[in-house]
Amino acid sequence: MSAVVAEHDEHHDHGPEKGLLRWIITTNHKDIGTLYLVFSLVMFFVGGAMALIIRAELFEPGLQFVEPQFFNSMTTMHALIMVFGAVMPAFVGLANWMIPLMIGAPDMALPRMNNMSFWMLVAGALLLASTLFMEGGAPASGWTLYPPLVLQTGSALPFAIFSVHLLGISSIMGSINIIATIFNMRAPGMTLMKMPLFVWTWLITGFLLIAIMPVFAGAVTMLLTDRFFGTSFFDAAGGGDPVLYQHIFWFFGHPEVYVMILPTFGVASTIIPVFARKPLFGYSSMVYATASIAFLSFIVWSHHMFTVGMPVAGELYFMYATMLIAIPTGVKVFNWTATMWKGALTFETPMLFSIAFVVLFTIGGFTGLMMSVAPSDFQYHDTYFIVAHFHYTLVPASIFILMAAGYYWLPKWTGHMYDERIGKLHFWLSVISVNVLFFPQHFLGLAGMPRRIPDYAVQFADWNMVSSIGAFIFGFSQLLFLYVVIKTIKGGTGEKVSDEVWEDAAKHGLEWTLPSPPPYHTFTTPPAVIPTEHI
Amino acid sequence: MAILILRESSSGLERHHRIELPDLFEMIFEYGKKYLRFALNIKNHNRIQEFLTTQPGGCSVKKTKQLFACLTLMAFGLGTAQAEYALNLVQGVTQLSNDVYDLHMLILWICVFIGIAVFGTMFYSIYYHRKSRGHVAAQFHESTKIEILWTIIPTMILVGMAIPATKTMLELDDIQNSDMSIKVTGWQWKWEYEYLDNGVHFFSSLDEASNRARQVGSGIDPKTVPHYLLNVDNPLVIPTKKKIRFLFTAADVIHSWWVPDLGWKKDTIPGFINEAWTYVDKPGTYRGQCTELCGKDHGFMPIVVVAMEEADYNAWVAEQKAKAEVNKSLAEKEWSTDELMAKGESVYTNNCASCHMPDGTGMAGTFPAISGSPVVTGDINAQIDLMYNGKGMMPAFGQMLSEVDFAAVVTYTRNALGNSVGDSVQPSAIKSLKSSMPEQEDDEDDEDEDEG
Repeated sequence: MSAVVAEHDEHHDHGPEKGLLRWIITTNHKDIGTLYLVFSLVMFFVGGAMALIIRAELFEPGLQFVEPQFFNSMTTMHALIMVFGAVMPAFVGLANWMIPLMIGAPDMALPRMNNMSFWMLVAGALLLASTLFMEGGAPASGWTLYPPLVLQTGSALPFAIFSVHLLGISSIMGSINIIATIFNMRAPGMTLMKMPLFVWTWLITGFLLIAIMPVFAGAVTMLLTDRFFGTSFFDAAGGGDPVLYQHIFWFFGHPEVYVMILPTFGVASTIIPVFARKPLFGYSSMVYATASIAFLSFIVWSHHMFTVGMPVAGELYFMYATMLIAIPTGVKVFNWTATMWKGALTFETPMLFSIAFVVLFTIGGFTGLMMSVAPSDFQYHDTYFIVAHFHYTLVPASIFILMAAGYYWLPKWTGHMYDERIGKLHFWLSVISVNVLFFPQHFLGLAGMPRRIPDYAVQFADWNMVSSIGAFIFGFSQLLFLYVVIKTIKGGTGEKVSDEVWEDAAKHGLEWTLPSPPPYHTFTTPPAVIPTEHI
Repeated sequence: MAILILRESSSGLERHHRIELPDLFEMIFEYGKKYLRFALNIKNHNRIQEFLTTQPGGCSVKKTKQLFACLTLMAFGLGTAQAEYALNLVQGVTQLSNDVYDLHMLILWICVFIGIAVFGTMFYSIYYHRKSRGHVAAQFHESTKIEILWTIIPTMILVGMAIPATKTMLELDDIQNSDMSIKVTGWQWKWEYEYLDNGVHFFSSLDEASNRARQVGSGIDPKTVPHYLLNVDNPLVIPTKKKIRFLFTAADVIHSWWVPDLGWKKDTIPGFINEAWTYVDKPGTYRGQCTELCGKDHGFMPIVVVAMEEADYNAWVAEQKAKAEVNKSLAEKEWSTDELMAKGESVYTNNCASCHMPDGTGMAGTFPAISGSPVVTGDINAQIDLMYNGKGMMPAFGQMLSEVDFAAVVTYTRNALGNSVGDSVQPSAIKSLKSSMPEQEDDEDDEDEDEG
């Protein structure tokens, strides 16, 4: 026993490497978590800048700034960078930082692979960004990369495909790591049904990613051979089928959008009870709802393709299956509402972002329900209505929850309190401008404006101008977040934060039992008491 | 308001676009529209003047009331189909589009009511269950009864939605007993229409006025162009009161054919034949656009459908046939180089300039330059062959252009845009080339495959 303790003490002396090398060779889950989060923040601003180019061009009718081809590259790259560079890595970063702390593990199960998956992500993202400077421009066929159009890409095509491969391998490795950690490294007493919901949602997300990433890699590899090695998987003239690609893509693509929303649910379920000072309502139904949504995500893919000309039986099946998703999603929204009901609510920035998430995500859910109805989707499909829909489920949902997570855990990570005043200002600017930005896009879509067009008929001019104004306010408001993060890292308000940071937070999660900031190595001996308040 | 709208939408096809609201609502509605225009159009100072001088009913409504009116308008999405700030789905001009509209309104209202219930509960809680009001947290965290309840109720609502949705879906799918068929082929970036019953056949692309205005730095204000980006050179003409079957396919990449007033869109996919139908009651002009990203000019291939009484339609068909005859005789005639050059310039602008650029310099890496091109300055027959049959992204213009246009643009490219080869080709030569080539019948084979 004494020998074990002695070894344990030695470990405490292991600090991080000094200088830049620390970040390159690190295998520490906290360092890698930080790397992921910083990387995703950088990508968020890169993707955001592209969105502002799009909104600047759409500010008024006529082409003012960019050529249509470059405009298409911007819509494509904005989506790819936001999905694969910003939102997914941000959640992997949160998983790296928080899962070991939440389940009482000393680190991730596979620390070296953890390092490798991060740097592979960077390589993939750089490769993708490099296509912007290639002959013929970056991919301009939309992030869905539909053939035959995508095969008209210039020299960027193989680079974009290889970057998708790298990003996919990185995601798969990250998922394996998370699943292995959750299954093997939980502290004694931390049974599966006592895990915080963030851990649960990531466990399910991990399985989704392992299932779908190879499918996407396969689809883009077929594009590669169609273009360079004379195959005709998707070429009708050679006996292939362009619609086949869409089926494969959306078999990946639909679970993929849930990869971005399930951890969002997890964070919301973690934050709301703390500021409601009440246990989460319906813990087990939350777990089952998450699992149902994940399962349903695999059997609804063709609702992205109602207009390709499926047989009517197919249309009806995918319509019914898609409608079903509303049920578990509704359960989640009701549970969050019930968690807040009769609580003792306070409204710190993380809570504000979480409440905005519940409301605005629900609006995105409503439009999702409207589009699940195939005959109406014949009107909505590929218009600004869908643009409004998925931005509601991504920006004021995933992105807002990432902001909430940032404000919620920054004091824990850094040991400093963020500036609540600027946090609130950031919230109010964001929540107002995001609606000015995206709500009018519903009207544009219904009035008949197709998506992915660089210029539009004059009757769409007014709402587009409103939307663009919202976009610029939203975009520049995010600089406040950057400011808060940097200021907090540098010392914040100077206020000393406690271990718990938030009132009674230790009842809700193991991370709040640790010092703020936590030492470089934590839980080298497992915690004795498991908080069960969230159950 | 909900009741008003629901009643309105159940009164059949002859309903009006405008809802007959009581006078009070009417006033709020009018005022809200004005206010929106005023508040949001920051550029146009005349509007402010107009706003200040024309107040509805001469009554002075306070700013807060205006704001309320504006918010009401936004929240309830009342139909302002003709307004610039259009809010709701286009109702359309066919039975199908009206059924789709009713379905849309039904589900929209269901969502609105659920939203009011959920958000209402939430905001009640946010207001009354605040710690700052001294509320003490309850500690309940489970209720199987409630969980079952809020699983079953949504399920029943969904079933209620699925029934009318299925009905409309089956209706959309019913292509039988059509009176005539039109084949629509999507091209980068124009539409080809082929009337399978009477042989009328033409291409339809963005009209010249829009095309000029939409160039980067054109200096033309789109607001001065009638139907900017929604106008074409040759509209699709259909008879009213006939069930028309459309067959959709594409020549290069996937496009999608959408006219909101008809109530649906359908993808046009190379190697596939898709079907859809329409039955238009009233003559009119209905506009739409391509809705599947199809390359750089995706935003510039509009659709215009002109519905005519049958007699007018028949006259139009006769006119088209006569035009085809004239084209035939023009192809026989001997053309001077000057005539060909003049014709060629406009053909180039409409068909070639969007890729090869108006000055023929192309776009590095994607679209080769015409100026100094080895193909254009080399053997004329090789150039004709390439243009006729297409290559890679270059479409096969042999089917797309008339003999005259084809000969003119070949001549033009060889003697303009920085080239001066000095030779030319006669339409009659293209005509004999055309007759020596077998007609392409691929599409018909694909149809069999699709149906089999």
